[in-house]
Amino acid sequence: MSGEGSPPRSDADGRNDGLPGPAPSDRPHPESRRTTDGIRIDPVVEAEHDRRRAVVSALVEHEPGVLARVSGLVSRRQFNIESLTVGPTTVAGHARITMVVEETDPGVDQLKKQLRKLPVVISAGEISGETVSRELVLVKVRGDEPERVHAITEMYDGETIAADPQTITVELTGDESRVDAAIDAYRQFGIVEIARTGQTALARGDVPTTPGEAPAPGCETARREASDQASRGTASGEGQSEGNGPAEAGGDSPRTATTERRDRTEKQGQPPAE
Amino acid sequence: MTDTKTTYRDHTDDTADRGTAPDSSPDATTTGDETATELGPPATDDTENELGDATTGADAVARALEASGVELAFGIQGGAIMPVYDALAASSVRHVTMAHEQAAAHAADAYGLVAGKPGVCLATSGPGATNLVTGIADADMDSDAMVALTGQVPTDLVGNDAFQETDTIGVTRPITKYNAFATDATTVGSTVEEAYARAGADRHGPTLVDLPKDVTLDEATESGRGAGRTSTTRAESEATRSDESRSQADPDAVDAAARAIESADRPVCLFGGGVVAADASDVATAFARTNGIPVTTTMPGLGSFPEDDALSLSFAGMHGTGYANMAITHTDCLIAVGTRFDDRLTGGIDTFAPEAEVIHVDIDPAEISKNVHADYPLIGDAGAVIEQLSAAVESPPAAAEWRTQCAEWAETYPLTYATSDDGPLKPQFVVEAFDAATADDAIVTTGVGQHQMWAAQFWTFAEPRTWVSSHGLGTMGYGLPAAIGARLAADEAGETDRDVVCFEGDGSFLMTMQELSVAVREKLDVTVAVLNNEHIGMVRQWQDAFFEGRRMASEYDWVPAFDTLAEAFGARGFRIVDPAEVADTVESALDYDGPAVIDCHIDPEENVLPMVPSGGANGQFALTEEHL
Repeated sequence: MSGEGSPPRSDADGRNDGLPGPAPSDRPHPESRRTTDGIRIDPVVEAEHDRRRAVVSALVEHEPGVLARVSGLVSRRQFNIESLTVGPTTVAGHARITMVVEETDPGVDQLKKQLRKLPVVISAGEISGETVSRELVLVKVRGDEPERVHAITEMYDGETIAADPQTITVELTGDESRVDAAIDAYRQFGIVEIARTGQTALARGDVPTTPGEAPAPGCETARREASDQASRGTASGEGQSEGNGPAEAGGDSPRTATTERRDRTEKQGQPPAE
Repeated sequence: MTDTKTTYRDHTDDTADRGTAPDSSPDATTTGDETATELGPPATDDTENELGDATTGADAVARALEASGVELAFGIQGGAIMPVYDALAASSVRHVTMAHEQAAAHAADAYGLVAGKPGVCLATSGPGATNLVTGIADADMDSDAMVALTGQVPTDLVGNDAFQETDTIGVTRPITKYNAFATDATTVGSTVEEAYARAGADRHGPTLVDLPKDVTLDEATESGRGAGRTSTTRAESEATRSDESRSQADPDAVDAAARAIESADRPVCLFGGGVVAADASDVATAFARTNGIPVTTTMPGLGSFPEDDALSLSFAGMHGTGYANMAITHTDCLIAVGTRFDDRLTGGIDTFAPEAEVIHVDIDPAEISKNVHADYPLIGDAGAVIEQLSAAVESPPAAAEWRTQCAEWAETYPLTYATSDDGPLKPQFVVEAFDAATADDAIVTTGVGQHQMWAAQFWTFAEPRTWVSSHGLGTMGYGLPAAIGARLAADEAGETDRDVVCFEGDGSFLMTMQELSVAVREKLDVTVAVLNNEHIGMVRQWQDAFFEGRRMASEYDWVPAFDTLAEAFGARGFRIVDPAEVADTVESALDYDGPAVIDCHIDPEENVLPMVPSGGANGQFALTEEHL
């Protein structure tokens, strides 16, 4: 593609005034547009996505740096995260990370796909279907009115775990709204300090929490196997709103390399870090 | 678009061979193993003999590199990496000492791209490792297969802020595909093998293993010495990967995409760097030709489709051709393969291919609908999926009218530049002169800036793995170290006649020109053309367009005379001011058997056009500075 197409415009000094051709305003340009998510805007239904709250669970190798890898991914790609919890699971050397995020549908989709790319992540996905979630909170309130504090603690099925003349510390668990409501109720006494764990969650019923997750050894059930198959086959709601098509379903099954990788770790005699 | 080259050399065989995996039994006699013979006894391939001897973690690293098929590594010595170098001396791996670790990373990156297998670089802890970081980030952005091995302070000093300690794992975590801290001498070999295998698997990328000095000095246990053998198996399985296990896309999704292609009125193929990485240029080219679909590429995709083909629209995006940007704006069916829809390609997302149904072929599921929504996501190996698509498309789309339209756009928006007989030297003219003087298989490397864009625009790329540049990260100074890596890859493949041409800018060249000393020491036949406009010209162009011409810190009239400086390094130096000198000087520089530098004093006011302003609409590309 040398300059043989048409005579270039130049002044006497050979200064380049630019290239030939109609100016931008003289060119045709399509009327249609895409959203910031890169989705073509349907002239009938404009597809703007609202943020929603999603619980994303990831089964990971329990090794040093895994939390840094996951949290680094979340911060680098600017996902909006509400809470993150981590702890061991039924398999030695595995841990479960539970994240609550405020994201659009494409955002949630992107988060789970990016998680799956991390070598330490065995399986990750938004908890499909119903979710059971709980959070634990420790609330330290002023100790001036112990009876009234105790009444509220009873009302929320909490427990007083420490008390002295100055302060009362109670423990509560519940889903997020229940914990929020309890904290509101304590405010009248004066809250000195709060520590919250953030939500952790499992899928309700005999449904795997992360896609394709196997039940703990000895706990398999016929129903679980069936529902596991179903969740793999239809992606159980995942990716439907995004319309990603059949190819998405394949991406939801856990890495086949998992077993192999675990075996290798054991062979090498690397104890899983705690 | 006009053809400057009429010959299109069939590259099927050699690229396919280089693209598949490494020879697992490297032959030391053919690799010119100077380093090894100088520093220690020649390698013995027979590890059986060593089973009775003490073997260290460093030996395990060297065996792992050999077993993975590594023939060449780039790096710099240093305290914490010394045990590994000591072991490399007795290995079949040839080591090329660079002048700066950043250049070692770039050279390994370029070597990997040209050779079609991961490049390897080494550095010591602390500053050695942090100097690699730019090169690792560069490879990460461009999905280039590369392995970095870094020394680290002994394990019991880690975390104490010891001398030359940096948290290399922490620093490189966001810019590597995989990184690992070696924990003991017994497993370090398999960790290195895993890093090598991962770099070149699926979507390519850089990996890193951090090697504490106690781990490399320690003796490996009996079971550790067996690591080399298991890894050979893994390397072999990588080698056979190319055909049997290339991942295919879901057949139903392929069929749906095929129907969309058949019914398209205005289809366009967009080939990215993934087509080159997957060695899929041949099937991609055949697919486009069979179906009569015009082809544009991304910048990393240059060479994936011959630009002298009538269907080629050259590359799209910020400084792509006007006709490519018109086509990509008006298409109703975009067949995008191995591209991540970078913002320099798409311009503003709202106006990108707004009428197109997007078929997106990619090996990385996370790229699907990341930036541009894919109506037909096809997850799999580029070559395998294009073959699936080729089989599924029953009749080519009726696109004769569209092809005519694209050809008209090529006439309306030609890529040209102004010349006059006694006017200043034009950079585009230099690029064209080199293109005319070299064969289709010549490798072009560049730094970053205006010169890079002129090289991309005015070179006619006909073959994959001939364009080696820094795209995503935009690393100034990439050109010369990349030329060193590319030259060594070509020489290793026996292609000593291939030309390696490096286009650099004055500002860009200044960042890594110390590597000329390496090119001289290794007698590398590379030709560097410095398109010297005494500015960091792209900044100058933007200042003129967007900052009312205030040329803050962009004037580089203080740069040295690159031709005499080249002579000081022991290279040949040339200087061009007059356009009439170009042809002869280019020929002399190419003929010189060793590194040559031409200091080309070009028109300092020349701009790169056309240009889509950041976030603008591709179809609204500016043809003059006034349009911006």
